[in-house]
Amino acid sequence: MENLQAKAYSLRRDILDMIYRAKTGHIGGDFSVCEILTVLYWRHMNVSPQTMDDPDRDRFVMSKGHSVEALYSVLASRGFFPKEDLLTFSQFKTKYIGHPNNKVNGIEMNSGSLGHGLPVGVGMALAAKMDGRSYRTYVVMGDGELAEGSVWEAFMSAGHYKLDNLIAMIDRNRLQISGSTEVVMHHENLEQRVRAFDWNVIQAEGNSIEALDRALCQAKAFRGAPTCIIANTTKGCGVSFMENQAGWHHRVPTEAEYRAAVRELAEKEAEASA
Amino acid sequence: MRNTVANRQVICDVLMETARQDPDLVVLCSDSRGSASLSKFADTYPRQFVEVGIAEQDLVSISAGLASCGKRAFAASPACFLSTRSMEQARVDVAYSNTNVKLIGISGGISYGALGLTHHSAQDIAVMGSIPNLRVYLPSDRFQTRLLMEQLVRDDAPAYLRVGRNPVEDVYEEGRVPFEMDRATTVCEGEDLTLIACGEMVRVALDAAALLREKQIFCRVLDMYCIKPLDKEAVLRAARETRAIVTLEEHSIIGGLGSLVCQVVAEENRCPVHCMALPDSAPVAGKSQEVFAYYGLEPNHVASVCADLLNR
Repeated sequence: MENLQAKAYSLRRDILDMIYRAKTGHIGGDFSVCEILTVLYWRHMNVSPQTMDDPDRDRFVMSKGHSVEALYSVLASRGFFPKEDLLTFSQFKTKYIGHPNNKVNGIEMNSGSLGHGLPVGVGMALAAKMDGRSYRTYVVMGDGELAEGSVWEAFMSAGHYKLDNLIAMIDRNRLQISGSTEVVMHHENLEQRVRAFDWNVIQAEGNSIEALDRALCQAKAFRGAPTCIIANTTKGCGVSFMENQAGWHHRVPTEAEYRAAVRELAEKEAEASA
Repeated sequence: MRNTVANRQVICDVLMETARQDPDLVVLCSDSRGSASLSKFADTYPRQFVEVGIAEQDLVSISAGLASCGKRAFAASPACFLSTRSMEQARVDVAYSNTNVKLIGISGGISYGALGLTHHSAQDIAVMGSIPNLRVYLPSDRFQTRLLMEQLVRDDAPAYLRVGRNPVEDVYEEGRVPFEMDRATTVCEGEDLTLIACGEMVRVALDAAALLREKQIFCRVLDMYCIKPLDKEAVLRAARETRAIVTLEEHSIIGGLGSLVCQVVAEENRCPVHCMALPDSAPVAGKSQEVFAYYGLEPNHVASVCADLLNR
């Protein structure tokens, strides 16, 4: 089996290149969500470029749409479109814009405005129940995003309809554009809050492939309620000077920073491969 | 009032008829099944009905999620909430993601006359009409509502449709309803002046035209149920062939049918346009007819405005 922890570092390198080239992007959240996307796309979700129209494919919604560079890197690496396409990222007339849109192969729904993914996912999961299909719906959210009221409307309806075919993953990196999520709008008792909406909740180390893998196996086995995986991640994970720094929410590295980041990611990839 | 069938009832009828054949047709409500006349649908097709509670944002996003998985989703909620509270979801999850969701705004305009501005939808044309990839329809009577719905249950593109709460006087005769999708219906011909109206105001326009005919003023009445895409050709023909245009709508004077017609006519600058609508303020309280009369949206006043316009 492919070493997915190493894969996650190699994806970070692709993301770094994309952002450095285009001089735009949300690198901090891209780096925190890398293991989440890697484990979903390489180990858990039934999706592939050959089955994009298969009614039984799993559905995925990237609710924290600003981490689209991470999603693009994953989709390119999984063969949904050629990697060279990403040279146009954020360029004039490109379809590879700064938030997900469904003109791009592998992307189901447009996002960017926060608080949309979970309710859309509720609709997808309801459709599966209505049709007696066994696919699952996965939604990845940010933690800053949880201040949007529409997220809680969806927690409520998913709990009400006992959508055990819906798995929400929260990239809990504890930072948002203005600083600490706990200062901007705290979620310290997040697990209890989500449980109160009749969800199964699992906490997991969010930058560990194996921890996320275990959490997803438990989530898929759980019956009678939707599952929320609180993935405790590090914003900017993988590049020491970016880690846990709100400033790296959407900063573009200088040439020196870029070179240092490339070096560090290569070392970590090698370490993970060893 | 001869007609006792509200347009919302016709919407339910068409949805029930379609649901019988099409298991992918789903209806969603936000504690609004009674107001939308959809209780019968919910009782008859419980597996094709989703209740989301009083949560209009969720209503629209869930509809989009269902539609992305092959459902034909009809989300029915009071037009006031659907068009403004969930505008964001309509813009992103329905129109931008291009999901097959039909947003059914019920009790539109000032149907909830005495309930205050929170319950009026006098901005919905402006709001929904400005969203790319979202069609906007305000049908006039029960017969046209049926024909329009029969199209909407078949097509795959997003749309917003608004109807009022109470039965309205018929504009057309049963079995003789001229209807072409996205084309204004010429309800009566005339060459002196054109009244362009939508929704419940079409009947008012027709009655005003009858009053004017007694004075030997012959009005063309256009039923512009298709606000978007607006039938620009019909507007330009009216501007070329008649001496003035009067628009009539149950909507704010800002950003509605009148504004759209002016934009089209201004391209050729051929004829004066006078817009009749609700004011840019919280409307007075009252039953629809009382409020319409207060703002001059009734046949006698419309007729006198038209006559004055021609005498200028």
